[in-house]
Amino acid sequence: MSQHHTAHGTPYAPHDPEATAEMLDAIGVDDVEELFAFPEELTYDGSFDIDAHTERETKADVGDMLAQNDDLVEFLGRGHYDHYVPSLVDHLSGRSEFLTSYTQYQAEASQGFLQVLFEYQSILSELTGLEIVNCSIYDAATALGEAATLSSRVRSVSGDRILIPELTDDRHRSVLENYADGADLTIEEFAYEDGNADLDALAAAAGEDVSMIYATSPTIRGTLEENLSDIGDIADDHDALFCLGTDPIALSVIEEPASVGADIVVGDASVLGMPASYGLGLGLFSTREDFLRQIPGRLSGITEDADGNRAYAMVLQTREQHIRRERATSNICTNAAWVALRTAMHASMLGPSGLMELAKTCIDEPAELAAELDAIPGIDAPAHDRHHFREFVLETERDAQAVADGLQDRGFAVHVLDDHELQVCVTDTNAEHTDDLVTAFEDVAALEEVAQ
Amino acid sequence: MKFQQATYEDDANDRYEPHLAEKDQTTVETDTSLPDELTRDEIELPELSEPELARHFTRLSQMNWGVENGPYPLGSCTMKYNPKFTEEIAADPAGAIHPQRPDETVQGTLAIMHTLQDYLARIGGMDAVTLQPPSGAAGEFTGISIAKAYHRANDDPRSEVIVPDTAHGTNPATATMAGYDVVEIESNDKGQMDLDAVRAACSEETAALMLTNPNTVGVFEENITELAEAVHDVGGLMYYDGANLNALMGRVRPGDIGYDIMHYNVHKTFATPHGGGGPGAGPVGVKEELREFLPNPHVRETEEGDYEFYEPAQTIGKVHGHHGNWPVLLKSFAYIYRLGDEGLLDMGEKAILNANYLASQIDFEIPYEPFFHEFVASAGEHHATDVAKMMLDNGVHAPTTAWPEIVPQALMTEPTEIESKDSLDTLAAGFNAAAHASDEELHEAPTSTSARRVDQTDADRNPQLTWDAIDQSAGEPADD
Repeated sequence: MSQHHTAHGTPYAPHDPEATAEMLDAIGVDDVEELFAFPEELTYDGSFDIDAHTERETKADVGDMLAQNDDLVEFLGRGHYDHYVPSLVDHLSGRSEFLTSYTQYQAEASQGFLQVLFEYQSILSELTGLEIVNCSIYDAATALGEAATLSSRVRSVSGDRILIPELTDDRHRSVLENYADGADLTIEEFAYEDGNADLDALAAAAGEDVSMIYATSPTIRGTLEENLSDIGDIADDHDALFCLGTDPIALSVIEEPASVGADIVVGDASVLGMPASYGLGLGLFSTREDFLRQIPGRLSGITEDADGNRAYAMVLQTREQHIRRERATSNICTNAAWVALRTAMHASMLGPSGLMELAKTCIDEPAELAAELDAIPGIDAPAHDRHHFREFVLETERDAQAVADGLQDRGFAVHVLDDHELQVCVTDTNAEHTDDLVTAFEDVAALEEVAQ
Repeated sequence: MKFQQATYEDDANDRYEPHLAEKDQTTVETDTSLPDELTRDEIELPELSEPELARHFTRLSQMNWGVENGPYPLGSCTMKYNPKFTEEIAADPAGAIHPQRPDETVQGTLAIMHTLQDYLARIGGMDAVTLQPPSGAAGEFTGISIAKAYHRANDDPRSEVIVPDTAHGTNPATATMAGYDVVEIESNDKGQMDLDAVRAACSEETAALMLTNPNTVGVFEENITELAEAVHDVGGLMYYDGANLNALMGRVRPGDIGYDIMHYNVHKTFATPHGGGGPGAGPVGVKEELREFLPNPHVRETEEGDYEFYEPAQTIGKVHGHHGNWPVLLKSFAYIYRLGDEGLLDMGEKAILNANYLASQIDFEIPYEPFFHEFVASAGEHHATDVAKMMLDNGVHAPTTAWPEIVPQALMTEPTEIESKDSLDTLAAGFNAAAHASDEELHEAPTSTSARRVDQTDADRNPQLTWDAIDQSAGEPADD
């Protein structure tokens, strides 16, 4: 039998019987079972009923399970996006020195990862215009939750209301509610008008007891917000923090968050570095230097070593749970550092011009697709008379679910929002299929006419 | 062991190369179809070629210590070898899909999620498991949020969470995040939770007690049954921090010994890579009466044998924007499937054998025993930090240092099952070199790493966190 078979236990423990005997002898026990010092009545004497498999069997069986997923061309977005990731990212992020390390508690032996995290912070700081970027929160939704609790810690006037867009994704709102609950914050929505913030509604909702105003650009419906500076002003008028939810690729072209008064920037930075991965994210968290000592998560900074050379270290760990415990700024420990490394690699591969070209693709492709779909009878696209990034909402005369089902039969996935609204996302990775999608839409619209 | 980490030093500038900050940053002006009022003027970032970047990141990787470089005995972190084949499985395009597709189009993914939920439930002795929490700490927040929702549903809101003074920092931090006051219990002379103190602390305000077992000094809480009774008697819930599950694998199940809620650190116990800090995943298991409080959505099997998401009736809502860290979960599923019962049982056994053998070979005192998969030695007269730095010079990574505080100058050590006797001997030699070193030698260390001892005080007092901030900070004194 191959030594790679698990019949004799885990294949990832290099113990031969002779060495084991020597080890037991050194410990002073006859049998390893003597080391399990717990009350005997607590013993579990059942089994898990999980069979062992060879590596080859495991790969084949898991591959067979995954193969049960339908092969669809996805025009899906709403918080998770697919872009082409250069091969360099897979190869170099997969180097085991990066992949199999953990948090850089021993800075001297972890200079490489600390420097990449510093580069990630620097790149994202250039995009947000704010001085501070942490080494990551889990995803955009949890970063938003952390932003809310930060606002309750740093605001000079006490306030317990958080204002968020009425079109905030339910998923993000639900995560935010869990963070807000523990900090005794209440969440209220403000109205939107044709895919942009209704400033009158926001101004009416704002007040001295507002701790944070959250707005997004691009919005969850793909529209670019045209009132960012005004939103920033309203927040300022009430001493509330302005938290902007945005996207690192969009940030290469849209207004710099710092210039519109954003105090905190959150978003999902895994759009650079990670292809579609069933929702794995990277929570971007960027803020002003004033809040440095109150922010959650890790920071990599520059210092010197004993020889006077530049070196890197984690900075202000006294904010973190392993030191400050119940008074920590957050409970976050394990984060998304490896995704941040991939983001830094992808952004570096693109460079400033490549990043901007990718952003332009995300502006031009959906605009073209919307125009083509709009030409189909029974479809109004885009639903909002705004500029869009990656995605847009379209209105269908026919029942939206029926249209989506027809598209799915033809191999395409789109979002169904309600009875007569669909949402479509187009990026560099599915743009080559837009002609086929348009044809499918035409077929599905034609079906409706026959049915009538 | 002789060891020398890579350096690429630019003598003229006293800094390590390569460094992108000093590369020519390229400014590109914005040119899009958007109106000017919606766009920024320019961005400024380094513009490098692929060969330059490949060399840059390869060199940086050489300046970093990973599990494949050598022993990485970071206590509480369970730094196992991460099998290569799981990376290939996680890269399968059939699984690299969008998280909001209709259920009927993702039956393969849902089948794996459902099977993993089931595996974890069996391993932990729990009745239902959610995969959504993206880390162990997120699992704690999920579990304590479930406890909070449970008490509220009983019209019995509570205000306190009890933790031992040896708890992982995430435990008290989580309780605070969930809005609870933290009641910390001083450990007894066995390094365990003091039963009388816990009984005295329990009241109708007790929402939960959070306790890993074996605890953070590696010792099994021998009074666990009585502790659970004390908490349950006042209507509280028992929370198991799964960081140390490797030690109990297949021999004791948290769900059988009084725990109501637990999280699993799949990046620890089930060997997915730690990625320089993450991503991990922190599934949460609960007993039957808490099933309907699990995060939304949850995977279940239909009567037809298909799989679907549903919203649990009293769900706490969401703790992650999507379904958690799927690629990490997938790797852990593959690992469990590969090892099966025999492999899982064996891995826990070898982890305990290794910790106990290593402990027998080192010349530092270990105040608390008997320990399982990890032990906490005391650096004694030395500073734990100095010991750690000297170990880096000996071709091994350092243990977790200076915590828990009940051990002076703590060296929390967890070698895991992956080390052979030979590599444990190397690790012991690293400990012992530091144990017998002079103060001067200790202060000099490390000399073999890419950087010598870093100036942590300066890093904190004068934070330089981006290229723009280099040498531009005013040097304000830190306020803590």
